[in-house]
Amino acid sequence: MEVLIGITGKDFVLLTADTTSARSIVIMKQEEDKTRELNKHNLLLTIGEAGDAVQFAEYIQRNIKLYEIRNGVPLSTKAVAAYTRREMADSLRSRNAYQVNILIGGVDPKTGTPELYWSDYLAASQKMPFATQGYASYFVMSTMDRYWRPDLSLAEARALLQKCFDELKKRFIGNLPSFLIKVVDKEGIRTID
Amino acid sequence: MSYDRALTVFSPDGHLFQVEYALEAVKRGTCAVGVRGKDVVVLGVEKKTVLKLQDPRTVRKVSMLDDHVCLAFAGLYADARVLINKARIECQSHRLTVEDPVTVEYITQYIAGVQQRYTQSGGVRPFGISTLIIGFDVDRVPKLYQTEPSGIFSAWKAAAIGKSSKTVREFLEKNYKEEMSKEEAIKLTIKSLLEVVQTGAKNIEIAYMDQDAVLKQLDSDEVERISKEIEKEKEAEAEKNKKAGGSSSGVAPMQE
Repeated sequence: MEVLIGITGKDFVLLTADTTSARSIVIMKQEEDKTRELNKHNLLLTIGEAGDAVQFAEYIQRNIKLYEIRNGVPLSTKAVAAYTRREMADSLRSRNAYQVNILIGGVDPKTGTPELYWSDYLAASQKMPFATQGYASYFVMSTMDRYWRPDLSLAEARALLQKCFDELKKRFIGNLPSFLIKVVDKEGIRTID
Repeated sequence: MSYDRALTVFSPDGHLFQVEYALEAVKRGTCAVGVRGKDVVVLGVEKKTVLKLQDPRTVRKVSMLDDHVCLAFAGLYADARVLINKARIECQSHRLTVEDPVTVEYITQYIAGVQQRYTQSGGVRPFGISTLIIGFDVDRVPKLYQTEPSGIFSAWKAAAIGKSSKTVREFLEKNYKEEMSKEEAIKLTIKSLLEVVQTGAKNIEIAYMDQDAVLKQLDSDEVERISKEIEKEKEAEAEKNKKAGGSSSGVAPMQE
């Protein structure tokens, strides 16, 4: 029932995750943050098995930070995605695989070029202009196929995201009342409405 | 009977010679000084003269362990690299399990613990380094700790390790003041290093941390400027002493 959506724009990545935390038929809270900042310009979103999602995200977060402290420079989005995929692949053929689906969004700090990576629990990974995880994919990918263009402005991307939310509200049986929306650009990571 | 061969053997008079020899190795390393002020903590290191073909940027004596903790060492560079790596992993591991950054004392205790472990195992030798660890915890109070190859650690107001550390420590004991401002603390650090660094300001590197817990480096022009200031003050002192010495020998004091 969880949803992740990512849209690349002109010089930013718009990322959103639903904020519902639920188990079986009970909604526990509506303010869950399914994102983790990996460094100043990279954001990781995770959904999946209860516990795995958070554990995996924090594990990746700490290792990316360790790299930065050791080497004095932050990792690029491509490198972060490659590293994360490698960790997922290693876990896959171990006793307890992480059952986590993720989106990684980031920009190059110098040029502002945005990058979005989709990766799943089988350690498949792909760079995409827009991507989703969860049931949302069935509804929202076609909306974005129709309306996404390269070089979207932030306002246009936010409007496209709203179209996605409306589509979900109309056609998806799961009730997702609120989303946490974040923007990653040259300035860093911030939350928007 | 040579009691200095194996690490795990005490000598009859209670010495662990390998550990003491490790301290000797530290004394051969380049000097490092730490000074704690009111809301700042300063680290000064003597930069070993970089050989002509060497890239100076790859020789780092001051290393970050985490965003808010920093380490300088004296002794065997390679040993330091291993210890710093272990400490960095521990800093992140602590954040992962406890969701809090390490306190400066915690990571010092960890590093000292590793150093001690290597004084009580078979087939290993102690780390040939002493470290100075600085940082700020959430209480925004500056911290300075020192560890030694034996695994001893303690907090200090001002400390020196490495070559001529005894001279520097005595200088610090004479000149340390409580609650120093940032400028005073930096000046004291440079002053104490100048006592022992023959080649002067260009071989001194200064790093400091304010309450915002971000490590900042003084660039070499700044260090030059402050050491020139110190030189001038020293000359003025010497002049004053000469005049005072002259008049006390019985001659009528000269008018200024």
